[in-house]
Amino acid sequence: MNAAFPFADWLVLAAFALAVGLTLAGALIAVLTTRIIRGVAGLMVCCLGLAGLYYFLNSPFLALMEILIYVGAVCVTIIFAVMMAEPDEQPAHATHKAHIAWGIVATMIALLIGGALAYVALSGPWPARPETLVSDGSVAAIGVSLLTTYSLAFEAISLVLLVAILGALVLACGGRTAPGLATPTPPPAQR
Amino acid sequence: MKLLLVHQQPAIYLVLAALLLAIGIYGLLRRRTLIGMLISGEIIFAAASLNLMAANRFFAPDPAAGQIFVLFIMGLAAAEVAIALSIIIAVYRNYRSITPEELTELKG
Repeated sequence: MNAAFPFADWLVLAAFALAVGLTLAGALIAVLTTRIIRGVAGLMVCCLGLAGLYYFLNSPFLALMEILIYVGAVCVTIIFAVMMAEPDEQPAHATHKAHIAWGIVATMIALLIGGALAYVALSGPWPARPETLVSDGSVAAIGVSLLTTYSLAFEAISLVLLVAILGALVLACGGRTAPGLATPTPPPAQR
Repeated sequence: MKLLLVHQQPAIYLVLAALLLAIGIYGLLRRRTLIGMLISGEIIFAAASLNLMAANRFFAPDPAAGQIFVLFIMGLAAAEVAIALSIIIAVYRNYRSITPEELTELKG
């Protein structure tokens, strides 16, 4: 117990509980709301909590990346798609009973998988961490590993990102003048 | 004083990752729009990343390896979101709907 900062440990615990709570609450909001835009906001909250957890796992760099990539890029991109297509969940067309039954089945499957994995994680014989570590896990160590041990994967993922950008452009431009639209599009001369 | 050290134990991270996976699978089964299913998929990615980071922090001899793995997961997830959203936009342009139940024909 630190004499100069009494209850400092409890403050750390409160921050940890906040991160765990944000992650769980955000994930539940993202899955359970009917309006998709609230689901996207829930995903943002979930990723903020996850960034806090990464900080507690000795990786402030990944916490920053999580906020930058997920909250800053992925969620904003999903919001753009929400603005272009109106994806709000319609009231169930199927009968009410089938809807509830499918919900129960989905809950059972999710609880089964999650419970089994949690049981395995808690009961399994995990290996102890070696005393001498290969590196210190700092940003400099990550950079060195990226350009030496993992350089092939590094190049491959840059190629994957390039192909993904080109593919997204081709796909989004492709169907512009598809015939048989429900609502007529303006002629191309006006664009 | 055991409670004060809970953030230095692997158990809570692993259980939280399992819970996130369960939530993501529930959403994937339950959502009736493509964007909702995409969000659930992102939560499953988050569960995998958290699990890997916990294993990296508590069991692995090289602390940099897990962080690089999670960085690659983030990059692949970003690429996946870009592709999936452009497919969703193309589908919406053709069908005026992105409910999976109505997308019943493959012929463009």
